[in-house]
Amino acid sequence: MIPELGHFALVVALALAAAQAILPLVGAATGRGALMATARPIAAGQFIFVVGAFAALASCFVGNDFSVANVANNSNSTLPAHYRFAATWGSHEGSMLLWTLMLASWTFLVSIFSRHLPERMIARVLGVMGLVSMGFLLFMLLTSNPFDRMLPPAEEGRDLNPLLQDPGMVIHPPMLYMGYVGFSVAFAFALAALIEGRLDAAWARWSRPWTTAAWCFLTIGIALGSGWAYYELGWGGWWFWDPVENASFMPWLAGTALIHSLAVTEKRGTFRSWTVLLAIVAFSLSLVGTFLVRSGVLTSVHAFATDPRRGVFILLFLVVVIGGSLALFAWRAPKVGLGGGFAPVSRESMLLANNVLLTVALTAVMLGTLYPLFLDALNLGKISVGPPYFDTVFYPLMAPAIFLMAVGPVASWKQAALPDLWTRLRWALGAALVASILVPLVAGRFSVGKLLALWLAFWVVFAGAVQVWQRLKSAPQAGTWAKVCAQPLAWWGMTFAHLGIAVFILGVTLVRGYETEQDLRMSPGQKVEIGGYEFTFVGTREVPGPNYTAVQGEVQVRRPGSTAIVETMRPEKRTYHASGQTMTEADIDTGFTRDLYVSLGEPVGDGAWGVRIYHKPFVDWIWGGAFIMALGGFLAICDRRYRLRKAAVAAQAGLAAGGAKA
Amino acid sequence: MKALGFAIPLAIFVALAIFFAVGLTRDPREVPSPFIDKPAPSFKLEQLHEASRAFAPEDMKGKVWLLNVWASWCVSCRVEHPLLVEMSKKNVVPIVGLNYKDRREDGVAWLTKFGNPYSLSAYDVDGRVGIDYGVYGVPETFVIDKMGVIRYKQIGPITQEALDATILPLIKKLSA
Amino acid sequence: MVSLARILTRICLSLCPLCFSVSSVFPALVFSTEAFGQAEEVARPDPGVEARLKALAEELRCLVCQNQTIADSHAPLALDLRNQIRTQIAQGRSDDQIRDYMVQRYGDFVLYRPPFKATTAILWAGPFVLIAIGLGIFLVMVRRKRAGAETPREEVSAKRRDELEKLLADRGETR
Repeated sequence: MIPELGHFALVVALALAAAQAILPLVGAATGRGALMATARPIAAGQFIFVVGAFAALASCFVGNDFSVANVANNSNSTLPAHYRFAATWGSHEGSMLLWTLMLASWTFLVSIFSRHLPERMIARVLGVMGLVSMGFLLFMLLTSNPFDRMLPPAEEGRDLNPLLQDPGMVIHPPMLYMGYVGFSVAFAFALAALIEGRLDAAWARWSRPWTTAAWCFLTIGIALGSGWAYYELGWGGWWFWDPVENASFMPWLAGTALIHSLAVTEKRGTFRSWTVLLAIVAFSLSLVGTFLVRSGVLTSVHAFATDPRRGVFILLFLVVVIGGSLALFAWRAPKVGLGGGFAPVSRESMLLANNVLLTVALTAVMLGTLYPLFLDALNLGKISVGPPYFDTVFYPLMAPAIFLMAVGPVASWKQAALPDLWTRLRWALGAALVASILVPLVAGRFSVGKLLALWLAFWVVFAGAVQVWQRLKSAPQAGTWAKVCAQPLAWWGMTFAHLGIAVFILGVTLVRGYETEQDLRMSPGQKVEIGGYEFTFVGTREVPGPNYTAVQGEVQVRRPGSTAIVETMRPEKRTYHASGQTMTEADIDTGFTRDLYVSLGEPVGDGAWGVRIYHKPFVDWIWGGAFIMALGGFLAICDRRYRLRKAAVAAQAGLAAGGAKA
Repeated sequence: MKALGFAIPLAIFVALAIFFAVGLTRDPREVPSPFIDKPAPSFKLEQLHEASRAFAPEDMKGKVWLLNVWASWCVSCRVEHPLLVEMSKKNVVPIVGLNYKDRREDGVAWLTKFGNPYSLSAYDVDGRVGIDYGVYGVPETFVIDKMGVIRYKQIGPITQEALDATILPLIKKLSA
Repeated sequence: MVSLARILTRICLSLCPLCFSVSSVFPALVFSTEAFGQAEEVARPDPGVEARLKALAEELRCLVCQNQTIADSHAPLALDLRNQIRTQIAQGRSDDQIRDYMVQRYGDFVLYRPPFKATTAILWAGPFVLIAIGLGIFLVMVRRKRAGAETPREEVSAKRRDELEKLLADRGETR
């Protein structure tokens, strides 16, 4: 009964989404207030039914209803409860329902937190989001119904893939989807502005918190995915430039460019076409990512089971949504007008450079990701484009952007003086250079690439520190804490976000430059020294788990010369009962300045095993940096001015009155 | 002029969409063989059933033949095996097996159980010959012509469609 | 987020049987790697050889689990190829010769660093072209903006705009 109810809920949600799309848009076009006013309640209704459908599917999973094909294929009664819940989105169909749930949620949130927006605008925004929802609901109902029954019902499920039986599975997809789908809000705002033919600072102000929120979620989602791969996959890799990873990274790059572009449009009224285009592009890339993962067009670790019908549907959907919005852009953007002027050296020009660089980087990543497809489609053979290409291309493109990241906040709007910038920042520049030379000297390995990367990271840190110090110093309040609180949260947000990037770069550079590993055969009692630690392989034993049996190895970690055990590491090789699959489960000793990473290979006879041991310095700074970035974004959203609606209303009134008078 | 610039993103997208559409018809996992129209790499291996006798691809010069890579542990091989057995009964072309990374006893037992379509099987115990032929999965089948040049590689099990559409017509053409 | 039915790649992360069968049967017939190489692979690692092997293997694609390098993959074929590379290093072959060996047998697909040829010219030259275009856009925009502010669509006087900016600034962001 419940699956049928869930199915029915989806159908109702589709009908409501259609209403949400058509009625408000017609109302906005014809000026009929009554139609426009339907947007909010319909959005709420759609949300309720989508939640209902999701709850229905989740209850089938948690309740082990193996008459539902999706549950039978992806779950198992011995699966722990939280994984049964996460298995709801462990398949293509379920994850589409998660997408739709996120979309309905964002739509609902927009409908609530937008009382101060003009009725026409919100009608258009919700209308566009309704169109997108329609697409996804149709897709599910026509090609990927999560509620399909399987008769006779299976006795037992096939189990969730052991790789996914992990806390990462519970949180990474929801965060990621919140990010992907969140960009649909900026997208809807952009289209609403294009339809209206009006794009002004107020529009940018409205879009900003939504866009930043989506960006935060996407940052966290990508970081979680990377961290999960690191500890789950057994060889310590955290980024592979895999097509699906790139599919999440490209919207992130576009989103980063977008939040910066929105800042300029809001403050100076300029970059309007850029901003609108970026808003369209960011969400379009989210959709393209969906296509790439589910159509079978590219090989990837993340790829779902593919069905040509699905690929065709999604492609049609892309053509309608992306093609339609870009066509609208081509038609309306020229009318939207440009903003104020600025000098070649100014904060605007630096942000423009930042935008251009991010866009170029994003295009380069897209080129590399899709190139094998291009060649294959043209029958020119099959090639692979992997990390060697992306690493060679991406870092040089981003380096100037990182450099500017430290200068931009210090530069004035409209016109900045180079000598002034130099005076303010030269100390930071020098200190960064010194630090970037010292670190390799101390660590023992030196290279130009490392030097450059370290110098950029330290540059951002020191320049940021200088800026904070200067700003606090010149603040009129008494007492440091009072000064700190007096600065706008948005400014702190920016500072933290930029700091997060520096921390991230430090983590990446130090771990890639200075990690050590050994992959060797160890007999019980054998020792090996890596990264300043001594590892002793003690042996293995069998350990039962909730739905698996594990062979658990024991490796003792000591400091050379000492007998005290610093840590005992227990990597496992798990065999899952339901599927018979074997999984390598590495053990990681996490530390602020280093990770120790041990995983078991294969047994090689006489109780000896192949063992991989890594010493990874500062690797956790990678994800630490990402979280600091997200924290920065969160602080920016909490800035007072978004919560002071009076200011926005007054500004609007002023604008209207001014328009009438002037 | 400037207005045209605004249409560039749309143009780029249209091009992408066309590539995606074509891409839907392709299989990105399939790795085409670089050996098509190149001489079959030479080797000398023991025969599976008679270790004292050897086999080299040169032995088949003058005939069109199939080299089928198989193993007793391979599940897909069982799917295509009946087709091969049927082919061998009709005596279309000689089929030589390449027993890949298997145990001799297991290989022999498997053939006894499921039928032996091969005029003989070469025993590639460590997979070196497989590597030389660019084998990356089992089963794979090569169509080799009278001059010892590889003309076609079937990746994965041979299906009736593949036989009818590609392999049998090719064999007919090469035998002429 | 992977359906259990089609996880050829996933299987690779445990023990990959190299078999094309994916539909429903699991590697119950998993082929043990013991007899064929892991034992000798890790028995006596020579640091010099291993370092070269790592550098080479990290840029080669595992044909079976197509989303891992030969260095990381547990697939039997990856193991075999690693041993092949060790043998060839011992025989004194250069890195280029070893890469050629791989490409001869598996095509360009096996290289993660795409070779520079006619078909990949756009790939490698692309980023440079993009940077040049980006630079061009930047310069054009800066020049246009410097030429003077263009009037925005809504005619707001400069005085009015200043008042509004002051209003906004008072509430929130200073600067």
